[in-house]
Amino acid sequence: MLSPGRTASCRLLRPASWLSLRQGSQRSAGGAPQRELIKKHDLEKNELRPLYMDFQATTPMDPRVLDAMLPYQVNYYGNPHSRTHAYGWESETAMENARQQVADLIGADPREIVFTSGATESNNMAIKGVARFYQAKKRHVITTQTEHKCVLDSCRVLEAEGFNITYLPVQKNGLLDLEMLEACIRPDTCLVSVMTVNNEIGVKQPIKDIGQICRSKGVFLHTDAAQAVGKIPVNVNDWKVDLMSISAHKIYGPKGVGALYVRRRPRVRLEPLQNGGGQERGLRSGTVPTPLAVGLGAACSIARTEMEYDHYRVSMLADRLVQKILSETPDVIMNGDPEQRYPGCINLSFAYVEGESLLMALKDVALSSGSACTSASLEPSYVLRAIGTDEDLAHSSIRFGIGRFTTEEEVDYTAGRCIQQVRRLREMSPLWEMVQEGVDLKSIKWTQH
Amino acid sequence: MAASSRSQVLSLYRMMLKESGRFPSYNYRSYALRRVRDAFRANRKVEDPKSVERLMEEGREALALIQRQVSIGKMYEVQKTVVE
Repeated sequence: MLSPGRTASCRLLRPASWLSLRQGSQRSAGGAPQRELIKKHDLEKNELRPLYMDFQATTPMDPRVLDAMLPYQVNYYGNPHSRTHAYGWESETAMENARQQVADLIGADPREIVFTSGATESNNMAIKGVARFYQAKKRHVITTQTEHKCVLDSCRVLEAEGFNITYLPVQKNGLLDLEMLEACIRPDTCLVSVMTVNNEIGVKQPIKDIGQICRSKGVFLHTDAAQAVGKIPVNVNDWKVDLMSISAHKIYGPKGVGALYVRRRPRVRLEPLQNGGGQERGLRSGTVPTPLAVGLGAACSIARTEMEYDHYRVSMLADRLVQKILSETPDVIMNGDPEQRYPGCINLSFAYVEGESLLMALKDVALSSGSACTSASLEPSYVLRAIGTDEDLAHSSIRFGIGRFTTEEEVDYTAGRCIQQVRRLREMSPLWEMVQEGVDLKSIKWTQH
Repeated sequence: MAASSRSQVLSLYRMMLKESGRFPSYNYRSYALRRVRDAFRANRKVEDPKSVERLMEEGREALALIQRQVSIGKMYEVQKTVVE
């Protein structure tokens, strides 16, 4: 429970719409029961496995990545920070090699890459670290309402420490209004944090333009590029980005490792979150997990060579999926800008169908509604709320993820099942019947809401 | 080492396809088959013997990788997916 002092400071600084985020999680902790319509159950011995279409939640490891990692799990097990023997030296060489591979993917210098335990840690480090370092003179941070939970939560912690945070709204298409951003920047703003590609609706923010604005105003730009790195061309110098979070398990690498890009020229200073032996330039102490770092490096290097091939395929499959579904199912809305997006993340709202029941009906395809981090609570996704989706449409949205390993058969199967199940669920829905009869649902006066 | 002849290239291609088809995982199998096919197709017109040799070397390393990963896949087998 929040202590009285903390509640008071939160009330002063926090805009009203965000109270629901905190209350939502409290409700599930204490009060109202958390219904889980989709009951967790292990697959039967001979039951066929569902198709994996949830590439935004995580990705399978590329066999080439596993192949690169295994020697460091089996034989080359030295600590990369051991300076006195061959085990340490070979491990360090591998780690530095991986660092170079990550740097090459984003156009950075290897000295600017810090290995972390994932994008969540990178985000925490970037936001809290930068804000706390410059807190003497600068007390304002700007972010958007569609950021990942870890960014929003870090900002909330900063608010409790006395910072001012502006949560910028996004337009209906999910994109940030650049003029609004420029107007919001104050002399005491130290950081702007905007994610490159949204994990729920796939919208791609104009980071290059945002970088231009931030650089001209002398404000650091942090971007959570977990869903973008390796999938679209990313260049930290082109985009004038000062901090960037990378996650390995979103780009066919191992889980449990990520990286943070921290610019050296002009230097970005951070207060480290994790203290200790001074590894990773003092920014993130702790033994760097060599096999995981090697995996991240291999994943980045593979992504670099395969980017064009993968992008072409993913776009083609995404078009195929969307065209099929939209051509045979009326009243389907794609959330997020149709042009400024990453094609592999498709978020569709099926009107007059409940999202959870559609997911249950599609039990032989692994999909999600909303992000993996928020799928436990029954609240509609805050991202969909931020782009202005109606409550009922937000509840009936499904996210389809397409990736490197998706095949045409999987896409066709998914589209077919989706069309079939939506049709079946709609036939059972009294709301749909009313719509078919020409009743305008918005004109109905419900007695109890 | 003599420059790789057409028959050597074809032989490598056949071996790679055969090995890729042995992946127990549907997704890895379909990806490997498709990727090998597309890679050989894309490099069909390469004339320069040095480049051909380099590509063949990469191909041989990739074949070894596929063989290793197929074995690992077979050690930890799971059920088939719905689409198979």
